[in-house]
Amino acid sequence: MENLLAARAQMGMALGFHIVFAAAGIALPLLMVIAEWRWLMTGREVYLTLAKRWAKGAAILFAVGAVSGTVLSFELGLLWPTFMGYSGAIIGMPFSLEGFAFFTEAIFLGIYLYGWKRVPPLAHWLSGVAVAFSGMISGVFVVIANAWMNCPRGFEMDVTHGTAVNIDPVAAMLNPMAFSQCLHMTIAAYAATGFLAAGVHAFFLLRNRNDEFHRCALGIALSVGGIAAILQPISGDLSAQAVAKYQPAKLAAMEGLFKTQTRAPLCIGGIPDEAARETKYCIEIPGGLSFLAYHDFNAEVKGLDAFPREHWPNPLIVHLSFQAMVGLGTLMMLVGAWGALAFLRTRKLPDGTWYLRTLLVVAPAGMIALEAGWFVTEFGRQPWIVQGVMLTKDAVTPMPGLTVTFLFFTGLYLALSAMVVWLLVRQFKGGDTETRGHGDAVSLDSHA
Amino acid sequence: MPLELIVAGVMLVALNFFALSGGADYGGGVWDLFARGPRAKAQRALIAGAIGPVWEANHVWMILVVVVLFTGFPVAFAAIATALHIPLTLVLIGIVLRGAAFTFRSYDSQRDHVQRRWSYVFSISSLITPVLLGVTVGALSAGAIRVDHGVVTTGFFQWVARFPFAVGVFALVLFAFLAAVYLALEASDVELKEDFRRRALIAGVCVGVMALVVFLLASSDAPKVRAGLSASVFALPLHGATALCAVGAFATLWLRKYAAARIFAALQVSLILWGWALAQYPCIVAPDVTIESAAAPAATLRFLVLALASGAVLLFPSLYYLMKVFKGKPI
Repeated sequence: MENLLAARAQMGMALGFHIVFAAAGIALPLLMVIAEWRWLMTGREVYLTLAKRWAKGAAILFAVGAVSGTVLSFELGLLWPTFMGYSGAIIGMPFSLEGFAFFTEAIFLGIYLYGWKRVPPLAHWLSGVAVAFSGMISGVFVVIANAWMNCPRGFEMDVTHGTAVNIDPVAAMLNPMAFSQCLHMTIAAYAATGFLAAGVHAFFLLRNRNDEFHRCALGIALSVGGIAAILQPISGDLSAQAVAKYQPAKLAAMEGLFKTQTRAPLCIGGIPDEAARETKYCIEIPGGLSFLAYHDFNAEVKGLDAFPREHWPNPLIVHLSFQAMVGLGTLMMLVGAWGALAFLRTRKLPDGTWYLRTLLVVAPAGMIALEAGWFVTEFGRQPWIVQGVMLTKDAVTPMPGLTVTFLFFTGLYLALSAMVVWLLVRQFKGGDTETRGHGDAVSLDSHA
Repeated sequence: MPLELIVAGVMLVALNFFALSGGADYGGGVWDLFARGPRAKAQRALIAGAIGPVWEANHVWMILVVVVLFTGFPVAFAAIATALHIPLTLVLIGIVLRGAAFTFRSYDSQRDHVQRRWSYVFSISSLITPVLLGVTVGALSAGAIRVDHGVVTTGFFQWVARFPFAVGVFALVLFAFLAAVYLALEASDVELKEDFRRRALIAGVCVGVMALVVFLLASSDAPKVRAGLSASVFALPLHGATALCAVGAFATLWLRKYAAARIFAALQVSLILWGWALAQYPCIVAPDVTIESAAAPAATLRFLVLALASGAVLLFPSLYYLMKVFKGKPI
C-alpha cells in the first residue's frame, strides 16, 4: 500500500474509531445528569440506578475515547509533521483549549464515578453537569480546528519561504465555517447517542413492557435523541450554505454535480461516474440544489467542471456518503417526530410494539450517519489538507513503511472494539455478582 | 521574560506534574508485574485503587506537553515526530494497551485467570512505556539528530544508542521508585507498607546507579548535556539539592516516615528533571532546534500563555478538589 494512502487510512481509521466514543462521551453525561436530576426531584430509586448504570457506561467509553484521542494527538505529528509544522502556530490553540476542557472532564468524571459517598448530593450532580459541559466544549474546540482546515483564515502565505506569516490565532478560530460545523457535530453527538441508547432500552422493553428501569431510560434517551434529530436538518441547511460559499468543489462532489448550472437540480440517490462526468440513476428535483445552497431557485451552482481535474474530490465516495448521512438523518427525524406526536397525544411514553421495533432498527443509524458525515467533510476536502493552501500529499511524513503501522493499529482497534462491545453488553445486563470486585476502583457503589 | 521561555517553562512544569502523577501511575503498573508473596493480590488491589480515580486526569499532563509543543514550537514538534517516529509510535501503543487493559480489568469478570490476563497486558505496557519515553528524551539530548531548515537529515534511528536507552531505564526506575514510595504511604495494612518500603529502597538504589550511568555516558555520548550538567552556575546547587533529597528520601524511608519520604522523593525526581532541562537549555532538539529558533510567532505565544493562565485558574482548584476527595482521608 502506498505511503500516502496508508497514512490517510491510518488517520481515518483512528478518527472513525474515536468519533463514536467522543460522541458518546459528549452525550452520555447529559443522559446521566438528567437521570440523577430526576432522582433528586422525585426520589425514585430507579433513576439513581439509571444514573449509575449510565455513568459506568460513560466511564468505559470515556477511557477508550481518552486513549484514542491521545493516539490522534500523537498521529497528527507522526503522520502529518509538515502539516503540523506549518499550521501548529495557527490552529494549535483550539487543541490546547480542548486539552483543558478534557482535563476538566476527566477530573469531574473521577469525582462523579467514585465520589457518590464522598461528596454531598448537589455537589455530585454539579460534577456531572461539569462533565457534560466540558465534554461538549472540548468537542467544539476540536471541530473549530477542523473547520479551519476547510476554511483557513487568520494568516497569510509567504510563497517564497513556504511559511505562514501575520498569524492571528483568534481569527483562525473564528473562521466562517466554525459555527455551522460545531453546531452540526454537537447536535449529531446527542442524536446518535440518544438513538443508540433508545434502541438498547427498546430491546428490553419489547420483552417486558412494564420494566420501570427501561421505561425511564427510554424516556430520557428518546427525549435527547429525538429533539436533536429534529433540530439537525436545520443545522444541516446552515452547513450546506457554508459549504456552498467556502468549499464549492466539496458541494459539487456531495451533490454529484459535474456541470456548472443555474436552477441546479437536487440529485437524490444516484451513482456518480467520474469518467462519464455524470451521476446516473438519481431522482432529480429541478432547482432543488440552487435553492438549498443559496435559497434561490435561479442561483448558479458550480459543478466539478469549474475546478481543475487534479483538484476534484472523489465524487463517488463523497456523494454516496452524503446521501447516506441525509437519508439516515431524515429517518431519525421522522422517528423522533413520530415519538413526539405520540407523546403529545397520549402524555405517556411511546411504547407501541411497532415503535419499539423501529427504535431497535434505527438504533445504529445515528452513528452510521456520523461516520458518513465525516467521510463527506474529509474526503470532500481532498486533495487538500488545508483547503487551497496545502495538499495532503505534501503534508505526509517521509517515514517509509507506514503500511506496517496501519495494519498493526487496525488490528489493535478491532480488538479494542470487540472488547468494548463485550464489556458494555455485560455492563448492561446488570452484571453478575463477579463484577462487584475488590478495591475502590471497582466498587463504584453499584446497585446492579 | 521572553514569551517562548514562558511557554517552554510551562511545558517543563507540565512534564514535571506528569512525572509525579502519571509517571508514578506507570511505576505502579511495574509493581503490579512484580507483585509477589502472600500479599500479591492485596498489592495489586492497592495499586488499582490508587491509580483508578486519577489515571486519566494524570495522563492529560502528557497530552498538554504534546499540544503546547505543537502550538508553541511547531517546527520542533515536526522534527521530533519525524526523527523519533518509531519510539513515539511504540509509546503510543504502550499508552493504548495500558489504558485499555486497566479499564477492561476493572470491568471484566473478577475471576482470577481473566484478571491475570489483563494484568500482564497492563503491567508489561506500564514497563515499556516509561523506557521509551526516556529513550525519546535521551535522544533529544544526545545531539545525534540533525535538523536543517526544519528538515530532519539524520534518518529515523538515531535513538538506537546507549545514551537514550540508559535514560530510558533511568526513567523507568525513577517512576518505579516514586510509585513505591507513594504506595508505602497509601497502604493502610502494616505488612503492605513494609512490602512497598522494601521495594522503594531497592528502587532508590537503582535510581542512584542509573543516575551515575547516565552521567558517565553523557561525557562521550551527549557532551553538550554533560557540559550543562557540570558547568552551569546552577549545576552545583542543583546537584547538591538533588543529592540531599535522595539522602532525605532514603533516611525517611528507613525510618518509616512515609509522608516525608513522599515529599523528598517527589522533590528528588523534580530536581532531576529540572537539572536535565537546564543542561539541555536552550535546545529542544540538541543541537539544531532551540527554544528561540522553533518558537511560534508572538501573537500565538501570547494567546497561548493567556489560555494557559486562564486554564490554570480553572484547573488547579479542580485538581486540588479531586485529590482532596480521594487522597485526603485514608481509604
